[in-house]
Amino acid sequence: MATARAAPLGGKVLTPFFKILLVVWAVGSVAGIVRFTQGLGVASAMNDGYPWGIWIAVDVVVGTALGSGGFAVALLVHVLHRGRFHPLLRPALLTSALGYTAGATAIVFDVGRYWNLWRVPVAPFVSGGRFGYNWSSGLLEVALCVMAYTAVLWVEVAPPILETWRDSGPGPLRALARAALPVLEKGLPVILALGVVLPMMHQSTLGSLMLVAVTKLHGLWHTPLLPLLFLLTCVGMGYAAVIAEAALSSHTLRYPLATPVLGELTGIMAGLSALYAAVRLADVALRGRLPLAVAADWHALLFWVEIGLAVAAAALLWRQRHVARPGPLVRSAAVLAAAGALYRIDVYLTAFDPGNGWRYFPSVTELLVTLAILSVETMVFIFLVRKFPILPAHRVSAPPHAAQAMP
Amino acid sequence: MAELEALGVSRRDFLKVCTLAAGAIGLPAWAGEKMADKAASGTKPSVIWLHWQECTGCTESLLRTSAPGVAELLLSLISLDYLETLMAAAGQQAEEALAAAMERGRGKYVLVVEGAIPMKTLQGERITRESDAHKAAYCRIGGKTALETTIAAAKGAAAIVAIGSCASWGGIPSADPNPTGAVGTREALRSVGIDRTVVTLPGCPANPYNLLGTVLQFATFGTLPALDDLGRPKFAYARTIHEDCPRRPHFDAGRFVQKFGDEGHRAGYCLYKLGCKGPATHASCALNPFVEVPGAWPIGIGHPCFGCTEQKLAFRVPLHDTVEVERPTAPGTYPPLVARRGAISPVATGLAGVAVGVLAGAGYMATRKLDRRHGGHEEDEP
Amino acid sequence: MKVSRRDVLKGLAAAGVAVTAGGVAARERRAPPAGAVGMLYDATRCIGCRACVTKCKEANNLPWDRSQDGLYDQPIDLSGTNKNIIRVAAAGERTSFVKAQCMHCVDPACTSVCMIGALHKEASTGIVAYDMDGCVGCRYCEVACAFNIPKFTWDRALPQIVKCELCRHRADPRRGGIFAVANPACCEACPRAAVVYGTRADLLAEAKRRLAEAPERYEPRVYGEEDGGGTQVLYLSARGVPFERLGLPELGRDAVPALSESIQHGIYYGMAAPALLFAAALVAIARRRGPEDGEG
Repeated sequence: MATARAAPLGGKVLTPFFKILLVVWAVGSVAGIVRFTQGLGVASAMNDGYPWGIWIAVDVVVGTALGSGGFAVALLVHVLHRGRFHPLLRPALLTSALGYTAGATAIVFDVGRYWNLWRVPVAPFVSGGRFGYNWSSGLLEVALCVMAYTAVLWVEVAPPILETWRDSGPGPLRALARAALPVLEKGLPVILALGVVLPMMHQSTLGSLMLVAVTKLHGLWHTPLLPLLFLLTCVGMGYAAVIAEAALSSHTLRYPLATPVLGELTGIMAGLSALYAAVRLADVALRGRLPLAVAADWHALLFWVEIGLAVAAAALLWRQRHVARPGPLVRSAAVLAAAGALYRIDVYLTAFDPGNGWRYFPSVTELLVTLAILSVETMVFIFLVRKFPILPAHRVSAPPHAAQAMP
Repeated sequence: MAELEALGVSRRDFLKVCTLAAGAIGLPAWAGEKMADKAASGTKPSVIWLHWQECTGCTESLLRTSAPGVAELLLSLISLDYLETLMAAAGQQAEEALAAAMERGRGKYVLVVEGAIPMKTLQGERITRESDAHKAAYCRIGGKTALETTIAAAKGAAAIVAIGSCASWGGIPSADPNPTGAVGTREALRSVGIDRTVVTLPGCPANPYNLLGTVLQFATFGTLPALDDLGRPKFAYARTIHEDCPRRPHFDAGRFVQKFGDEGHRAGYCLYKLGCKGPATHASCALNPFVEVPGAWPIGIGHPCFGCTEQKLAFRVPLHDTVEVERPTAPGTYPPLVARRGAISPVATGLAGVAVGVLAGAGYMATRKLDRRHGGHEEDEP
Repeated sequence: MKVSRRDVLKGLAAAGVAVTAGGVAARERRAPPAGAVGMLYDATRCIGCRACVTKCKEANNLPWDRSQDGLYDQPIDLSGTNKNIIRVAAAGERTSFVKAQCMHCVDPACTSVCMIGALHKEASTGIVAYDMDGCVGCRYCEVACAFNIPKFTWDRALPQIVKCELCRHRADPRRGGIFAVANPACCEACPRAAVVYGTRADLLAEAKRRLAEAPERYEPRVYGEEDGGGTQVLYLSARGVPFERLGLPELGRDAVPALSESIQHGIYYGMAAPALLFAAALVAIARRRGPEDGEG
C-alpha cells in the first residue's frame, strides 16, 4: 500500500494562539472546580425537566459525531482499500481520539455520581451480582462502546508516537516502543475492525437513546429511524471534521492543504447528505406528521432549517467534487457539519419537551467547561502533530510559495 | 342612655358595641353611630320572645355576656315585652302580658322564637293545617300548643327571628327518631301555609352577636340583613368555619391531630382527622367570639367542631366521622399541574452567542485565507 | 470514485437495514408479578389536606421545603426533597386534587434504561426500587419516565436520584401480608382513605367496584389498568375531569419502553449483527489490495 510519509510538523508549541487556548482552559478549570465542589445545580442550568444539557447534547453527541472522522476515513482506507486517502488517516484518527476523549471528559463532568463510573465496565463481576448489565439499556451499550472505542482510537493513534520513541526516544520509552510495535502490527486488523464496528454501534444507538422519550420528543424527530439517521449523519460529519481539521491545521500551523484528496470525499458526503434529507422527509410524510412540519412554530422552522442545510450541503459538496477549491470545500463541509450538529441538538434539546414546565439554556459554567474541553483538545492536537509524525510530510523540493508558507 | 350609664356602660362602650355589631353585619362605622343615636332617642321596638322545645341555652348565652353586656344593651335598645326567662310575671299574668304585647304592638313587634316546634299529634300524624294546630300533642304553655301560639304571634309580627338550631331547623329534639315531629319555626309555619320570611340564626347555642346585629339593623333601618336560601344572614353564615379557622394553616400544611392528647393536639394542630365538621359548617364562630373569653369555642379548646348549625350534620353524623370539604378552596400555595421554571441566564446567552460567533467567524476567515493562499496552485503531493 | 461511493453507500444501506429491520419485531407484553402491590388513589375522595405530603417527608427523612427567606413553604413539585405531592387541577368549572408519585409501572421505562440496574423492579412485589450504590447519576431515567417522576438532588455535591419506593423501608414483617413488603406512609396518613394500599389485583377489583356502584361519580375507567403497559398505582377521577387534566398522560396500551427495546434488541439480537459486521470488516481489512485501489 503506498502511503504518504508522515512527519512531525516541528515549530514552536507555545504560539500566541496556544496561549489563548491555555487561558480558556484555565478559566474553564475554575468552572470545573465549581461543578465538583458545589454540585450540578449551582454549576449548570440542567434541571429535572432537562436532565441532559449541552455537555451531553454538544460535547458528547455532536462531539463524537465530529470525531467519527477516524472511523469514516478508516472505512475508506482499510476496508475499501482506497489507499489515496491514507494521508488523511493519521490526523483523522488523532482528531477522533481527541474528540472521543473530550466526550468522555464531558461525561465525567456530567454524571452526578462520577465515582461510580468504574462500575460500568465491570458491573457483573463485582458486588456479588448486585448490579449487572441491563442489556435493554441503549446507554449501557453506548458507554461500553465509547470506552472501548476510545481505547481503540488511542491504540490506532499510538504508532506515530511509538515510532518516534523507538527511533529517538529515551531508554525506557524506546524499549516500550520496541516491544509494543510488533504486537500492534499483529493485532492491527482486529483493532481496525473494532474501529469500524464499534462506532457504527454506538453512533446509531446515540439516536436510539431518544426512542424511549415517546411523550417528550417532538413528532418531527421521534421515529424508529433515529438510529439510521444518526448513523447517516455521523459519517458525513466525520468527513466534514476531517476536512475542517485539515484546513484549520493548514491555516493555523501554516501547512499545505491536500485539496484534491479531500475533494474526493465530497461525492460521498453529498450523497449521504441528500440521502439523509430524503429519508427524513419520507419518514415524516409516511408517518402522517406533515401537519407538524407546516405548523407556525419553532419546531417546524428548525425542521426545515435542518433539511435546508442538508440539501444545501449536498448541492455545495456535489459542485466541489471535480474542482475542489479549499475555501469553498471547507465551507461546504462546514454546512454539512452544521446540518448534522443541528439535528443532534434538536433531538436532544430543542425538540425535547418534558411537559413539566421547565426550560433550559446552558449556564455560564457549562459553556466555560465546554470551551475548556475544546481548547484542551486543540492544544493536545497541536502538541502532538508538532512532536510526532502524524501530518503528511511535505516534499523537500516544494514550489516557492509553498515554502514561504512554512515557518 | 341614662339606664345604661346606671348599669355602668359608658357611651363609649355603647358606641363600641354598636360599631361592632354594625361591622359584624357588614355595615360601616357610621351605621353603628346611627344605631347608637336611634337607641338613645328612645323609640324602642317591641320584642316578643317565645320558648318552645329548647334548653334555653341561646337565651343564657345572651345573658352571660358581661363586657360589654350584650344583654343589657339589647334590653336598652329594645322593649322586651315577653321573655319567660327574665320576666317577673307568672301564670295568668304572664299570659295576659303576652296577649297585651301582641295587641299593642300589632304589625310592629319582632318575634324571636327559641326552640323547636313539635308537629305531631298523639296519634303520630303531622299537622298540616292551621285549624289543627291545637292538636299538637307535645309542648303546651298556658293551654295553647306551641304551634298555635307561634302562628298567632307570627301573624302580627313585623319580623320573625328563629334563634338557635332548634328554632332554625329542629335541633336536638329533631334528632332520630324525632318522636315529637320537632321542626324549626320556618318549616312549622310553612307546613300550615304561612309563608313568612324567617331569619334563622342556627347554632347551639347561637352566637349572641348575630342576634344583636340582626335586631339592631331592624331597629335602626327597618330592614333585615341579606339572607341565604335557608334564611340565614349571609354576614354570619355565608362562609364555613374551615375558611376562617385559626387552625387552617395546619390543615394546609397537613399537620393533624391523630388522637386526643397527642403531641399534635398539644401543639394545636388541625382537628380534621378527629371528625371536625368545620369544612362543611356554615357559621361565624371562627370570626366572632361567643363570650369575652378568647378561644371559648370547640376548636379553640381542642375539640373538633360538630357542625351545630347544620341540619345535615349536628346530631346526625357521628362526632368523629370526617366530612368532605365544601367548596375546597385551594389557596395559591397549591402547586399547579405545570409550573414554569428554569431561568435562562442572559450572561450565558451572551457568552454562547459570542463563542459561536467567534468560532464561526474565525473559521470563515480561515477559509477565506485558504482561498487566497492556495487559490489556483497545485498542492504538494503527499 | 464512483466505485468507492457505491461501496460505501452499500455498506451503510446494509447497516441501515440491520438497524431498522429488528425494530418491527413486537415485544411481548409483560404482566405484573403475582404479588404485585400498589396503591389506589380516588380523586373524588381527596380533599387536598396534604397529610400524605407531610407524612411522606417524615417517613422518608426528607427535609422541609423552604422559600427564599428560609420560611417553611409548600413544595411546588416532586423534587430531590419531595417524593409525593398533591396538585390542584382545573377542568372547566370543576377542580380536582391529584396525588403524584411514582406509578410503579408494570413495565417501567426507567428500569429499562438504567445501565446497571440501580433502578430495578423487585421481582416479587413489582415495586420499582432504587439502589444508589450502583447509580452513576446519568439521569437517563429522568429522560425516560413519561410521568416525570425520578428527580435528582441537584443542590448536592454528592447527588442521587429520589423517588417514591412505596415505603418498602417501612415494611413491617410482624404485620404480615402486604405490610411485610411495604407500608406506604401516605396511605396511613390519609384521613379519607382517598389513597389506599393493597395488592394490585385487589385494588383493581375495588376500583371497578366503585365504578360500577356509582358510575355518575367517576370517569368511566381506571387509569393504570393498561396505560403505558399498566401501572401498579391506579387512579380514579371525578366525572368531567379527564385523566389528562390531572396530568396523567394518554399513553396507549403499549409500555413506554416497548419501542426502544424492540429496536435495540432487534438490532443487537444475540450480538449477531455486530459480530457479522466485525467479521466482514476483518475479512475486508485483511484481504489483499486489488487493482482498483488508487495510488497513494
